[in-house]
Amino acid sequence: MAATDKLHLYEDGLPDSATNLWHFHGGLHLPGHKHLSSEQPIAACAAVDRYVIPLQQHIGVAGDLLVAKGERVLKGQMLTRPKTLISASVHAPVSGMIEDIGPQPVPHPSGISGTCITLLNDYEDEWVEHEPVAEHFTRMSSHQLRGLIQDAGIVGLGGAAFPSAMKETEIGIDTLIVNGVECEPYITCDDRLMRERAADIIEGVRIVAHIVKAKTCIIAIEDNKPEATAAMEAALNEDDNGLIRVKSVPTLYPSGGERQLIEVLTGEEVPSNGLPADIHVLCHNVATCYAVYRAVFRAEPLISRIVTITGHGVAQPRNLEVPIGTPIAACIEQCGGYSEDAVSLIMGGPMMGITLDNDRLPIIKACNCLLVTTADDLSLPSSEKHMPCIRCGLCVDVCPAKLLPQQLYWHSASRNLDRAIEYSLFDCIECGCCAYVCPSKIPLVQYYRFAKSEVWDQERQRKKADIARERHEHRVARLEKQQRERDERLRKKRDALKKNKVGRDVELDKKKAAIAEALARVQKKKADSGIEPKNTEQLTAEQQKKIREADLRRSGIKTRPADNTEQDNP
Amino acid sequence: MLIVILTLAVVAALFGLLLGYSAIRFRVEGDPVVDRIDALLPQTQCGQCTFAGCRPYAEAIAKGDADINQCPPGGEVTIHALADLLGVDPKPLNAEHGEVKQEKTVVYIDEQTCIGCTLCIQACPVDAILGAAKHMHTVIASECTGCNLCIPPCPVDCIHVIPVKPTLNSWKWEPPHGGVAAPRVV
Repeated sequence: MAATDKLHLYEDGLPDSATNLWHFHGGLHLPGHKHLSSEQPIAACAAVDRYVIPLQQHIGVAGDLLVAKGERVLKGQMLTRPKTLISASVHAPVSGMIEDIGPQPVPHPSGISGTCITLLNDYEDEWVEHEPVAEHFTRMSSHQLRGLIQDAGIVGLGGAAFPSAMKETEIGIDTLIVNGVECEPYITCDDRLMRERAADIIEGVRIVAHIVKAKTCIIAIEDNKPEATAAMEAALNEDDNGLIRVKSVPTLYPSGGERQLIEVLTGEEVPSNGLPADIHVLCHNVATCYAVYRAVFRAEPLISRIVTITGHGVAQPRNLEVPIGTPIAACIEQCGGYSEDAVSLIMGGPMMGITLDNDRLPIIKACNCLLVTTADDLSLPSSEKHMPCIRCGLCVDVCPAKLLPQQLYWHSASRNLDRAIEYSLFDCIECGCCAYVCPSKIPLVQYYRFAKSEVWDQERQRKKADIARERHEHRVARLEKQQRERDERLRKKRDALKKNKVGRDVELDKKKAAIAEALARVQKKKADSGIEPKNTEQLTAEQQKKIREADLRRSGIKTRPADNTEQDNP
Repeated sequence: MLIVILTLAVVAALFGLLLGYSAIRFRVEGDPVVDRIDALLPQTQCGQCTFAGCRPYAEAIAKGDADINQCPPGGEVTIHALADLLGVDPKPLNAEHGEVKQEKTVVYIDEQTCIGCTLCIQACPVDAILGAAKHMHTVIASECTGCNLCIPPCPVDCIHVIPVKPTLNSWKWEPPHGGVAAPRVV
C-alpha cells in the first residue's frame, strides 16, 4: 500500500545514541514542498488602502475598544486593551482614519463575521510615540517585561495564537524550548525568518529565558533546514554557551507539535489534561521570540508577521512580511496572483489549515501560511464519498498522541461523546496523520473537530442551564418571600382591627358606665336632697287647660314649616 | 437457653440503636436522585412537560409519575442522559409535549408597541425581562431560555421569537455530511 511506504515507525524508549534525541509515537514523512517558497528572501507587503483588524485574533476574549469611528490613529497605536490575562490587544498597522467598527468576515472555518476595525491608510506611516526602554532587559523584572509583551499584543505565532504573556506567568520553568521545527509541508516563514533575522530571534530568546528564569534553552530546528540551523548557531555568542543551544531534530511530521517536540527533546510526555509547565518546560515559537525582541528592543507592537504564500496555485510563491489586517487578495496579488489551475485557498498548512471561501479576508496574527492548491494537489474530488472503516489500524500506527483514531471515529460519528472523551478525544492535536494514511479516505479530523465542538457546546448549555436554574430558584424564593410578607401584613392588619374593636367596646363600656354613674349620682343627690317637683299632681282644671294649650302651641311650632309650604303653594 | 435469648436480644437492641442513631446522624437532606435528574434537564422552566418547571418534573420522574420523554427543549440528548442515569431504555420524544426546536431561540420585545403592562415580567420564570408598570420592557437576551411563556399573556402581541445566531465562540463544526470525504492535499 502506498501509504505504508511513507510510514516511518520508531520504537519508543531510549534516546537515539547518535543524536541524543527521543522519538514520539507515530508520525509521518511527508513531501515537504518547501523549496517552492524557501529560496526567496522575505519581502515587505505593499501598502493597501484599507486594513481590517479583527478584535479577536487569539485564544481567549477580545479586548476592550479604545478608539472610536472617525478617529485618527497612528501606526502602532493600541486599539484594544486586554480584558483579562487570556486576552490580547490589537494595534494599528499603519496611521490613518478609523472608517468603521463593525462585523466583517474574518478567516474562520465558520465564515461567521466578527467585530473588526476598518482602518483607512493615510500613507504617512506616522508612528505613535514609542521609545524603546532605556535599560537593558536584564535589569528589568519579569513583571515589567511581561507587561511590555502583553501591551505589544503578542500571541503564539506558530498558529495557535495563545497570548504569550499568559504563558510566561508559569513558574518553575527549567527548560525553554524554542520551536523552529516548522514540520508542516509548504510552510517556510520560520525558516526564512531564522535565516535572515537570527540575531534578533536570539535576543528574543534571551528575553524570554530571562523572564521565566529558564536554566537551559533549546532551539529546535528540523534537519531539512540546514541554512537556518547554521544561521542560528552563528548568531549565538560565547555568553550563551550552555544556556542556549541549537538542536537539529529529524524531519518527521508532526515534530513541531508542542507535545511531540518536548518528547523528542526531553523524553518526557506532557500529561494528558496538563501543560508543558507541569514538567517544567515552556515552549515558544521562533516568530514569537522575534516579536518579543521587537517589542522590547524597538518598542514595536505586533503589527506585522511573516506569511508564506505558496502552493502550485500561486504564480510566484514566497514569504512576505505582512501588516496584520492586509486583505489576503493583496498578498496573493503581490506574489503574481493565482495560476490558472488554482482551486482552493487554505489558511495554514495542508494538514491542519482551514479552507477559506474567498480572499477578501484579512491576515490575522495566527496566519502563518496561505496555500493555494491546484486540482493535482488534492487527493480526491470533494464530492467523492469515503469508504467504510476496514479496521486496518494504520491510523493507530501514525497517531503522535498514541490515541485509537478508529474508536474515536466510531464514537464521534455516532455522537457517543462520553465514550469519545473516555478515548481521550481532547488529547487529539488534529494533526491529520490518521486521515492522511486512511485507505478509506475517512475525514477523521473533521469527525473529531465536530465531536470536540459538540462537547464544548454541551458544556456551554450546561453552564447556561445552571444559571437559569439559579435564576429560577431565586425567583421562586422571592415570590414565596413576597407572599409570606403579604400574608404577614394582612394578618397584622386583621389583628390590629380586632384589637381596635375590642378597644372601642371597652371605651364605650367605660362611657356607659360613666353615664350610669352620673345618673345614679344625680338620682342619689335628688333623693338625698328630698326636693320634689311642685304642682305636678294636684292641678286645677285651669292649670291643666293652660298646659294643654302650651303643648298644642309647641306642637304647632313644630308643624309650622309644613303649614307654610302649604300656604306658599296655593 | 435464656442466656442465648438474652444475648441475642441485647445484640439486637444494640444494633437497633446504632442503626437508629446513624439514620439521624447521617441523614441525607433532600433527594439526591432528584438533584441528579434536575442537573440533566435544560432548565428552560417552560412547563411543556405539564409540570411547573424543571425541578417538579425531576421530582415526578424520580417518583415514577412522569416519563423521561416529556422534555422537548432537552430533546434526544436529555432523553439519552436520563435513560443512562435511570438505567432505562431511551424512547422517542412524546409528541404530545411539543416538538424539538431546530435552533435555539430567544424572545424580543418590540419596544415601540410595548405598553408596559408587566404581564410578561410576571410570566418569565427566570426573571429575564426588565421593566416597570407603564414603562418599556426589554428582554435580557443572554438570560432568556427561549421558553416563550411570556408570549401568551402579552395583550398587544409585541413579543417575537428570534433565532440565536452562532457567534465565533459558540459556532460548532458540522459532522462530515453523508460521508463526503474532505479533499486532502498530498
